[in-house]
Amino acid sequence: MAQIETELQLLKVEVTYMYTLVRSQLSNARLAFVNFDKDLAREVTQKEKRVNATELKIDRDCENIFALFCPVAIDLRFLLAVLKINSNLERIGDIADGIAKYVIKADGPFKKELLEVSRILQMYDESVVILDDTQNAFEQEDTILARGVFKKDEFLDNINLGATGILDKYLKDHPEDTLQALWILSIIRRLERVGDQSKNIAEEIIFYLEAKVLKHNKKH
Amino acid sequence: MESTIVKDSVVIKSRDFNAYFGTNHVVKNVNIDIPRNQVVAVMGPSGCGKTTYLRCINRMHELIPGASSRGEMKINDEDIYEMHPIFVRLKIGMVFQRPNPFPNLSIYDNVIAGYKLNGIKLARTERDRIVEHSLTRVALWNEVKDSLNKKGSFLSGGQQQRLCIARAVAMEPEVLLFDEPTSALDPISTSTVEELFHELKTNYTLIIVTHNMQQAARVSDRTAFFYLGELVEYDETKTMFTNPKDNRTQNYITGRFS
Repeated sequence: MAQIETELQLLKVEVTYMYTLVRSQLSNARLAFVNFDKDLAREVTQKEKRVNATELKIDRDCENIFALFCPVAIDLRFLLAVLKINSNLERIGDIADGIAKYVIKADGPFKKELLEVSRILQMYDESVVILDDTQNAFEQEDTILARGVFKKDEFLDNINLGATGILDKYLKDHPEDTLQALWILSIIRRLERVGDQSKNIAEEIIFYLEAKVLKHNKKH
Repeated sequence: MESTIVKDSVVIKSRDFNAYFGTNHVVKNVNIDIPRNQVVAVMGPSGCGKTTYLRCINRMHELIPGASSRGEMKINDEDIYEMHPIFVRLKIGMVFQRPNPFPNLSIYDNVIAGYKLNGIKLARTERDRIVEHSLTRVALWNEVKDSLNKKGSFLSGGQQQRLCIARAVAMEPEVLLFDEPTSALDPISTSTVEELFHELKTNYTLIIVTHNMQQAARVSDRTAFFYLGELVEYDETKTMFTNPKDNRTQNYITGRFS
């Protein structure tokens, strides 16, 4: 096996580790949010440093491979894709961190009725599924799975679009929940970003495997 | 592989071109168009026929006993194999792997060696003009203008190679063939010669056989990949190195060739 192949395989393992970290951050932030578990929320904010450190390590490794092996063709595309996937994963890590910080700041548990009416948990679960899809697509080099992400992201977009109206209506009957509704809306906006980041990752996977640029192209 | 037609004017055109050493078929049905004022890199593993193909372009292949060729090889739509070989080599200069200035000739005489060897007589002023012009073209004039009477072998490896390029350029050819022109040079000389390629292409068409893929990527506009005597892929260098169409090309340029 050529040395560059070994280096790229090691890099892939690192990206998988980054995925595991970010996935765990997102899931733990959800648990902390649903169970109003401030300890778990603090753990998420602490682990954010590890996500950042892993991002830097992957960036540095990419830089070294560029400098030492002058990659071309699929190797070059893989490295370019990894750089962007890495950055998107780090942003998803930031989003998990942001959600955990809301939990730390909030005064009490979020009301069940508010969670249901806003569909935030449905949205949260789907955003984790989408992230998992990109991980599987990346690991298994599966562009069909990657393309599926675009459709699933629309589901998140729809919940996000409807959220303002739904919460406005809810607040007319429950004005005392204004602050909680604002937190919820903020989290919904962040989850919508998870969908966007995942979509970016899916585009990078397709670029790496098929050499097709889908960025800024509505027809996926 | 299907022929690649380039819309710009074509200087060298091969159609179903084949070359042999005895019964050994070393270049197989090559169809290629080399556009004017471009640098074309020819790459492939050892024994793939790339150097043989290059040598067929200026009819050096036929100098080897038992060697033969078949098919069409044209320069500006004129059949190279129906032209006088000397005339072919006036139009198509060649630079080899190892710098090979004539060791007994001065730098000056090396540059105009093509004229002398072909019995072309020139006035002194014309000779001076050609020497200065050719050495300037290869960015060597300032380095050697005060030592033109010294032997060519007095120069460093990189300078000697540029002198050989000047010798080829002095004949005002249309096409320059390079057979691994920097493989015997250090990185600084290599870089100087590579810079030269970019300048030379404004006046000439360059065809470079190279083992160094990064060099092919750096200096060429188009790249041809040969394997087992076949032209596997021929495309813009940017495409070849980012998204090659053929798996054999991809495996070769990514170092996965077994």
